[in-house]
Amino acid sequence: MTGTNANAGWEPRIVAFLCNWCSYAGADSAGVGRMQYPASVRVIRVPCAGRINPFFILSAFRRGADGVLVSGCHPGDCHYISGNLGARRKFALMARLLGHLGIEEGRLHFTWVSASEGGRFAEVIETVTERVRELGPARRNAGGAR
Amino acid sequence: MSGAGLSARIAEAASRLLSEGSAEVVIGFEQGSIPMRATPCLVTDPSDAGRLVWNAFCANNLARYLEPGRKAAIVARGCDSRAIVELIKERRLKRSDIVVIGVPCTGMADPRAIARRFPGLRVTAVDESDGMLVIHGGPEPVSVPLDEVLHASCRLCARRNPVICDIPLGDPVAERDPGFPDVEAFASLPAEERRSRVEAEMAKCIRCYACRSACPLCTCASCFADSSQPQWVGRGAHPEDVTAFHVMRAMHLAGRCAECGACARACPTGVDLSILNRRLASDVSELFGCRAGLDENAPQPLAASSMEDSQDFMLDPGRKRE
Repeated sequence: MTGTNANAGWEPRIVAFLCNWCSYAGADSAGVGRMQYPASVRVIRVPCAGRINPFFILSAFRRGADGVLVSGCHPGDCHYISGNLGARRKFALMARLLGHLGIEEGRLHFTWVSASEGGRFAEVIETVTERVRELGPARRNAGGAR
Repeated sequence: MSGAGLSARIAEAASRLLSEGSAEVVIGFEQGSIPMRATPCLVTDPSDAGRLVWNAFCANNLARYLEPGRKAAIVARGCDSRAIVELIKERRLKRSDIVVIGVPCTGMADPRAIARRFPGLRVTAVDESDGMLVIHGGPEPVSVPLDEVLHASCRLCARRNPVICDIPLGDPVAERDPGFPDVEAFASLPAEERRSRVEAEMAKCIRCYACRSACPLCTCASCFADSSQPQWVGRGAHPEDVTAFHVMRAMHLAGRCAECGACARACPTGVDLSILNRRLASDVSELFGCRAGLDENAPQPLAASSMEDSQDFMLDPGRKRE
């Protein structure tokens, strides 16, 4: 971890949108397996990665998230056949657009975690938390408080 | 063919289509009330067809004026036709309801660029010939090549001839697709500078929604920006709300935007929306291999998906970071 001195004692707030059919159960399985991971995530359960409107991601940032994680089912495993594939196209554009606008890339993460991958879920949370911690608190828009 | 010759042929075609009943309305341009402006014009009476003109100041995208279920003839160049193709793909319009009067286009002149070129000149009229604009208003007429005063979107135009066409008028012009030099130039700036450029653009916005009104692909019956339940985005000019509005509008247009630039031309404060829309168009082209409106038969990229889509952007905790 680099750059933690300036942000000593600071814990990032990460909003995680998890698909009900895989990643949410994956988080459960991490819990059942008593795996340790940073307590930085706030989980929001969604019916499918395809349910996630890019607006959810923007709203999370606007309302104080330092990072956002979106996790769905591995390609081919979608409960709704292809919700995750459609989402992947949307997310690919969203990720690039936010980077283009100058938002640090390390704040927004997409991944796949299946219901049985509790270990992977813990790893994902660790990786995302570490990346966001390196970046420090998200800069709020110059316009001040709403 | 000169603008005047095309105007006469457009008027002739419009009059014929209206009198034989193949269209209820002809959508074209008429001379605006001030110089260097052409106004969209909906002609329903054959005797009014003479009002239709075609010149270097036809800034709007006429596809905006098509309505479902109304048999319409529309004067369309590349960008108008790209929007029409997208609307047909979305089944908002029926191909059989539309008669496309196709015109080739060498780009539209930007009155602001002309004002910059000739500071202080009070333009009274503009004539066109062979790619030159002859501008009247000073003691002597002055001339400037059209290519040097084009709208930004026209300089970067990927399609100058109509994609679909029923009544072709004029000789097709050579296509030249310049790619995305603007997107590459912006992307090469440091992130901090990109962010401050975006903030500066967004700060100009007064939330008048002229961009949305001018956009041929902004076809939602009710816009998320007007929704109060839930209120996706605040109504005011707070920078966060403004940015959220424009980013979400751009996302809604991803893979559909005809890149006509009508939004930027309609903007009273000159917000450069191409920063958002052109980036998305370039990404769609790179990731999914398509450009909006250029292929009638290709599915819209965000209405399709493939197992083979790139997922390089995704996080894989097992993979080492570079």
